[in-house]
Amino acid sequence: MRRYSAFAIAREGLRYHQGWERAWASPEPKKRYDAIVVGAGGHGLATAFYLGKNHGITNVAVIEKGWLGGGNTGRNTTIIRSNYLQDPSAAIYEKSRSLYETMSQDVNMNVMFSPRGVIMLAQTHHEVRGYQRTAHANALQGVETTFIGPQKVKELVPIINLEGPRYPVLGGLWQPRGGTARHDAVAWGYARACSAMGMDIIQNCAVTGIETEGGQVKAVNTTKGRIETGKLALVVAGHSSDLAQMAGFRLPIESVALQALVSEPIKPCMDVVVMANTVHGYMSQSDKGEMVIGGGTDHYNNYTQRGSFHHIEETVRALVETFPMISRLKMLRQWGGIVDMTGDRSPLISKTPVGGIFVNCGWGTGGFKAIPGSGWAMAELVAKGEPGPLAADFGIERFREGRFIDESVAAGVAH
Amino acid sequence: MLILTCPCCGIAADETELENGGEAHLKRATVGSSDEAFEAYLFDRANPKGVHFERWRHAYGCGKWFLAARDTVTLEVYATYSGQTPEPPADVVKAIKAKRPDWEGTA
Ligand SMILES: Cc1cc2nc3c(=O)[nH]c(=O)nc-3n(C[C@H](O)[C@H](O)[C@H](O)COP(=O)(O)OP(=O)(O)OC[C@H]3O[C@@H](n4cnc5c(N)ncnc54)[C@H](O)[C@@H]3O)c2cc1C
Ligand SMILES: [Zn+2]
Repeated sequence: MRRYSAFAIAREGLRYHQGWERAWASPEPKKRYDAIVVGAGGHGLATAFYLGKNHGITNVAVIEKGWLGGGNTGRNTTIIRSNYLQDPSAAIYEKSRSLYETMSQDVNMNVMFSPRGVIMLAQTHHEVRGYQRTAHANALQGVETTFIGPQKVKELVPIINLEGPRYPVLGGLWQPRGGTARHDAVAWGYARACSAMGMDIIQNCAVTGIETEGGQVKAVNTTKGRIETGKLALVVAGHSSDLAQMAGFRLPIESVALQALVSEPIKPCMDVVVMANTVHGYMSQSDKGEMVIGGGTDHYNNYTQRGSFHHIEETVRALVETFPMISRLKMLRQWGGIVDMTGDRSPLISKTPVGGIFVNCGWGTGGFKAIPGSGWAMAELVAKGEPGPLAADFGIERFREGRFIDESVAAGVAH
Repeated sequence: MLILTCPCCGIAADETELENGGEAHLKRATVGSSDEAFEAYLFDRANPKGVHFERWRHAYGCGKWFLAARDTVTLEVYATYSGQTPEPPADVVKAIKAKRPDWEGTA
């Protein structure tokens, strides 16, 4: 793999950009791999990357039914933060956020990580108390957040309306090193780095069946034939129940649609990410100038990658109250993704009833921020067969044992 | 916009009038059940791509619970029926099979 650098841009500039290589190879699948990852979203690709980088396992295939990053990884609003309440969450999300700081160097691709700061608005007294509690929890966990008053919110976000009639802004939870990154580049960067380690990225290849023998995984059947493996990582987000069914077990997961939309590009007007959980909306401005907007999920099981229109209406209504200047903005695009929800709104990084099969899912509405940390933890689980400290609390057995990692309050809105 | 006809009051209700109550026909775990049975009842879900039996409440209408057979891929509603039904009734299964001959039934 030829490295990307300022020098490479200059060199290619002098020869009409004809020397750029393909970013990753597209081989036909081999008969057998040491490990197969299903799903080339951020979490699957990061799992493969750290299998190679941290554990030296490179005879790996990443199998994707569509195109790389075409799932939620390419559909999300890219908010990165680690201001969760519970200790296991803080550990993995902060690990992840800190890996984003060096990801461009680690994978030699500019992922445009922009730690511009994230504010979660407190618009009820209940929320004020909740976020003060989170700020204290974060201080103990070593995650840098502070609770700020309304005047500081206004300084950071001049376009905000503090005096909303129903939900005035009473303060906010501020994480200065939270921010955004370029979602496609995250997927492409990992894919390129995996390919350079000799792994096979196989797109347009759906897994259609899973073969087991004596409670142990043996092979997967795909639209490009049968492929054997001893270790199978299912990292397919909203499609996890489907793959689990192929392997003969159920998961504590429900799939629902989550939508986002972007406006026409406008001049820079907001250089932080603002989330308003009580009124169900959040917004940031992309480097192109578009306002990137998201809200809540639909409430019924759905695989259509479309959402219900009334959710857009609710989100936009809330944001117009909060940012009156956007009331005449035109929206350019709207889309949906199928997100994988668990009961406690925390993910699964877990062994399964079938030997050699591992799942990484349940990131729901907020897993973009978790991609590098999740890949790190999942690779360790797949390589060693047992979870390391980051993943240990996220096993499926927590539901049987009543050890929930309850983030359902902290994550009141989808992000 | 999803529209379900409430079998209790007969109104064709828009999804904003309804609340979803998750998978229907689950076997309730109770006193004396194993931990696994409780886990399955409380958390494990079929979450199928395709035919889904589910509970709905006509929350902003008559307030009653009812059941629906709906496709999670096409969003087609095959039938709505009484909440006091322990298993998918024969006529509902027939209505689904008529439109989805490949459907293999519930797992
Ligand atoms: C609208 C929206 C906004 C969001 N906003 C944020 C945000 O601001 N911040 C944040 O942190 N998170 C956000 N999220 C959540 C985040 O996008 C996801 O948690 C994360 O991208 C999940 O990554 P993944 O790799 O697990 O799944 P995906 O990227 O969905 O990848 C799974 C892949 O598996 C493939 N697959 C499925 N079935 C098969 C099969 N049978 N065979 C082969 N391949 C298969 C799919 O095609 C897909 O590419 C948002 C999500 C949505 C939908
Ligand atoms: Zn009714």
